[in-house]
Amino acid sequence: MRRVVVTGLGLVTPLANGVKPSWNRLINSESGAGIITKFDTTDLPVKYGCEVPVDEDHPDAFKADDVLSPKEQRKVDKFILYGIAAADEAIKDSGWEPATEEDAIRTGVSIGSGIGGLPSIEENSIILKERGPRRISPFFIPGALINLVSGQVSIRHGYKGPNHAVVTACSTGAHSIGDAARMIVMDDADVMVAGGAEAAMCRIGFAGFAAAKALSKGFHDDPTKASRPYDQARDGFVMGEGAGVVVLEEYEHAKKRGAKIYAEVVGYGLSGDAYHITAPASNGDGGYRSMQMALKKSGLNPEDIGYVNAHGTSTPLGDEIEVNAVKRLFGDAKDTLAMSSTKSAIGHLLGAAGGVEAVFSILALTEGILPPTINLENPSEGLDINLVPNVAQEKKVDAVLSNSFGFGGTNASLVMKRV
Amino acid sequence: MSDVAESVKKIVVEHLGVEEAKVTDTASFIDDLGADSLDTVELVMAFEEEFGIEIPDDAAEKIQTVKDAIDFISAA
Repeated sequence: MRRVVVTGLGLVTPLANGVKPSWNRLINSESGAGIITKFDTTDLPVKYGCEVPVDEDHPDAFKADDVLSPKEQRKVDKFILYGIAAADEAIKDSGWEPATEEDAIRTGVSIGSGIGGLPSIEENSIILKERGPRRISPFFIPGALINLVSGQVSIRHGYKGPNHAVVTACSTGAHSIGDAARMIVMDDADVMVAGGAEAAMCRIGFAGFAAAKALSKGFHDDPTKASRPYDQARDGFVMGEGAGVVVLEEYEHAKKRGAKIYAEVVGYGLSGDAYHITAPASNGDGGYRSMQMALKKSGLNPEDIGYVNAHGTSTPLGDEIEVNAVKRLFGDAKDTLAMSSTKSAIGHLLGAAGGVEAVFSILALTEGILPPTINLENPSEGLDINLVPNVAQEKKVDAVLSNSFGFGGTNASLVMKRV
Repeated sequence: MSDVAESVKKIVVEHLGVEEAKVTDTASFIDDLGADSLDTVELVMAFEEEFGIEIPDDAAEKIQTVKDAIDFISAA
């Protein structure tokens, strides 16, 4: 069977623009949360979130002009901008440049989004109501469509292979990588640029998620404390934005060109809860089966997995259900397992979460450092598992598992190991 | 240069991200200034906005150069 390895990483996160600064801040227990500055929150019940830094005094701020000219920026919603930026970084990191037409045809893109261009849908709806249909920009639709991240990356880099975009809410990033890995296994492509991008931080996004009672709202005094998975005081997720993208490559293809190989994607599991549109099934069965499938495909045993990057969104219900599903799958191996939620630092990036967390999981593997669950002051009872509380831990692990669960009861798990 | 011509050229420079010197009277939006069909739609919208006029679709299709735009707007 064709093997799939990771040869490039790219990130835009609320901690920083770029893989290295995001990771360094993550393992330094920093938080990307703050009071929202980019839109009016006066009448919203939640006024904090995890915005991608753009301030000039932030040393690793995201600079849109470095990605696209101001003229081109007007034609895309922000999730596309983040997706292009993360893809550019991952592609550059991989060193892969198609030299021939055949190379281009064997290179594809699979970058999804949970919601897509919500800010421009909001903006254009207001224009439609106030000024009529003739004032709607011709770039509204191609700037808001979810698959236009993959489209833009393909056009920008000349990739003529599979052009795919997953939409599975908060499982999008993980499904994108899993599906893309399978395309390589099935010989549809040799290289796939895969991950997730999201920028749904706008008034209508906050109003909608707040109405669904999903958002944390009790930490306006100190938003950096708001995302606190597994802690007794947790009260919902903190919305984030950004993108996480990897370059996946067929193993022999990567070896032949002497590419740096971060990890091998050895397992991918998918499942449905068949339970509720927003709530996770209380027995955690969907997450359990997703992890079980990924583990089975990998041929590994539970004790081989040293680190789990949890879905762990900081909602009262979800966190414990996931821990129980992990405990059920891992059995006695739970005692040597470490599991953390990096959402404690960056918030919930929705459709980008699985992409960003796959990158963090891979770095845990290559750096021998497990990123912490910050704000874990008083863990809920019964969570007898190493949740890497507050401070990163040095530990050499040989395989990692990353979970993503989404609205609609859609679950995805990825297993990656050292090559 | 008339006020209309000046405003038209300014809008073209802003929307298409091109150098001012390239925006000559005879310059074609698509052939000379790198616009695509969606850019030209947006450009016409910007003219409508700036000059408070309505440019019907059949007239908009005939506006292909800077001069076409200046002439249409001046006559409107």
